[in-house]
Amino acid sequence: MKIYEHQGRDLLASYGIPVPSGQVIDSIDAAAGAFKAATAGQAKALAVVKAQVHAGGRGKAGFVKLVNSPAEAEAAARFMLTNRMTSPQTPPEGLEVTKLLMASAVDIADRAGGGKEEFYLAITTDRKSRRNILIASREGGVEIEQVAHDRPEAIIKEPLHPIVGLQAFQARNVAAKLGLKGKHIGQAADIMVKLSRLYIEKDCTLAEINPLVITSAPDDRVVAIDAKFSFDDNGLFRHKDITSLADAKEENPYEVRAQKFGLTYIALDGNIGCLVNGAGLAMATMDIIKLHGGDPANFLDVGGGATEEAVTEAFGIILSDPKVKGVLVNIFGGIMRCDVIAQGIINAATKFKNPDGSIGFKVPLVVRLEGTNVDAGRKLLDEARAKIPTMQAATDLTDAAAKVCKAV
Amino acid sequence: MAILINKDTKVICQGITGSFGAVHTKGCHEYCGRVVGGTTPGKGGSKDDNGLPIFDTVRQAVDATGADATMIFVPPAFAADAILEAAAAGIRVICCITEGVPVQDMIKARALLDDMNGGADVPAEKRRVHLIGPNCPGVITPGPKSGAGRRNADGSVDCYTNAGVKIGIMPGYIHTHISEAKLGKAVGIVSRSGTLTYEAVWQTSHRGLAQSTCVGIGGDPVRGMNHIDCIRMFEADPDTHAILMIGEIGGTDEIEAAQYVKQHVKKPVAAFIAGRTAPPGRRMGHAGAIIGGADDTADAKIAALKAAGVEVAMSPADMGAAVLKAMKL
Repeated sequence: MKIYEHQGRDLLASYGIPVPSGQVIDSIDAAAGAFKAATAGQAKALAVVKAQVHAGGRGKAGFVKLVNSPAEAEAAARFMLTNRMTSPQTPPEGLEVTKLLMASAVDIADRAGGGKEEFYLAITTDRKSRRNILIASREGGVEIEQVAHDRPEAIIKEPLHPIVGLQAFQARNVAAKLGLKGKHIGQAADIMVKLSRLYIEKDCTLAEINPLVITSAPDDRVVAIDAKFSFDDNGLFRHKDITSLADAKEENPYEVRAQKFGLTYIALDGNIGCLVNGAGLAMATMDIIKLHGGDPANFLDVGGGATEEAVTEAFGIILSDPKVKGVLVNIFGGIMRCDVIAQGIINAATKFKNPDGSIGFKVPLVVRLEGTNVDAGRKLLDEARAKIPTMQAATDLTDAAAKVCKAV
Repeated sequence: MAILINKDTKVICQGITGSFGAVHTKGCHEYCGRVVGGTTPGKGGSKDDNGLPIFDTVRQAVDATGADATMIFVPPAFAADAILEAAAAGIRVICCITEGVPVQDMIKARALLDDMNGGADVPAEKRRVHLIGPNCPGVITPGPKSGAGRRNADGSVDCYTNAGVKIGIMPGYIHTHISEAKLGKAVGIVSRSGTLTYEAVWQTSHRGLAQSTCVGIGGDPVRGMNHIDCIRMFEADPDTHAILMIGEIGGTDEIEAAQYVKQHVKKPVAAFIAGRTAPPGRRMGHAGAIIGGADDTADAKIAALKAAGVEVAMSPADMGAAVLKAMKL
């Protein structure tokens, strides 16, 4: 699960990490007032308007803008709220923007030797060492993946103890390695310890501050400008405060619908719909379709049950994608018997309601069943062919992939 | 002999009165008769439908039954605690079937288990406690089907064996004991996936092979045993004649396993890696199945395995064939 930038700022602030003042607006009319509030007390009135979307690439798309008057703030708000944002990370048709963050622009101190005092700070989980790990770099404000690739020595990594977490001395060591001096060492170390606590307590999979900056004198302190979080879905049950931040309009509607029925669905670009039980077998089924020259339209794990209700729902989700020209069902009946699964598939296909309202499965359907009571299951499928003319039974995985690729 | 578990293993179920725990306790008990009881806090002193004793704590269950293995079916919020309870009570093999355990819980649990074992670097065969999972199908050492077992009420023959032991949710009947395998050889299987493992078992059984032990290590990013741990135990097991390793995208375990095989394994090894067509950045069902970096991709893993001399099946339909090819059969 992901949250918006302004929600991330609130989360940082709730742990006592300093962020620039700002507010969220959802109308053009509110822009001038928000600008005045954000710049109150500043010597030189300057604010930044930022579109609140989950996708990156905002700056280049014109959806992050520095403004120095109420009129400019209003113009920026008008542009962002009336245009769709497109970037390499958005769908081609772009994203609608409904919320903007108006924050006071921070004057970043110059770095001796050139550039600005911008740093990168993040916590993530390193699965190889099975530890949470603090990652920091002097090269903030840029793509950290690029830095890691070009100059791995510019990245500082500090593991968190699995039981007691990040210790203050570790944070001070990292601050010193970042080249910080004087009071900035304590301020940055304090932010690191707080961020690590937040990461663990809120079940994050990423907590990133980019950039972390030193502001110009006389302010002269360490401040978090932008933050990005993602969360462990398995931990969300104990964080009602986080789940309440989810925005349904930012999620794929079919993936949300699938979740409700205990299915895992991920849309892909091809034309062969897949319905499989088990994540590993579902991936392997996608692979074998590709090996036979086809292109999978989705990943769909129907779970251990593969009940008639789940299969019906899965068919509905798969076929609501207009690209789908054929469907492959691949079920290894372990605990659940193949004859029960076959009957479920037959019922679901017979009663299937197409998007145009007509009843009955129309696209080619290849069913491969294996496991407990497979002979009874195959017999049922054979007998049902009169009712579902587009259905074929497959004898094994290769046969199934070949048949569905030929049918589309 | 097999690895981890054998006919002398005594199994309990943590969460024996839950719907899932009850179903699979019955399934395991009918397969091998090695389940000796279970736990549900607050229900101690009663018996389940199979007549097995229920205890409040794992400590009580171990003291009364001598259990040395457990399968965990408790809800995700309590899974890490259940793992540590079992380990503290002296259980040797812990199978956590539960899906959806938070990563932060597993980081702590795994670190505490490593401490009990004398450190994370202690080789698998020297550890006091082995964790399998979470989010896994479990572990099975098949027995001969000629045993005096029961059949299912509907007449299907998912059971029964003697001298085998099944701890988990896998269908028992697809597995083959060496005494009933046409080729008289057994393969050890280690896998991150459930149904894909059943597929591999099915293929190897149909091609005349037995399975010594099948370990489903699970699809989570932080877990107990990994591929290397199982491979080194299979390499040392005289009853395992070949090894099949089933991996998927995400993490670098398979690459490390490939390096280990290259340096230390003499037995024939075959592999399949799922997810060659998975897009980067999308979580493919398993919490751990997500491509983050270059080493996480199926192609990188396949290349490393091939470089280590492993016979890699490019199609999931060819897993059984790949094992036979690696064994030159």
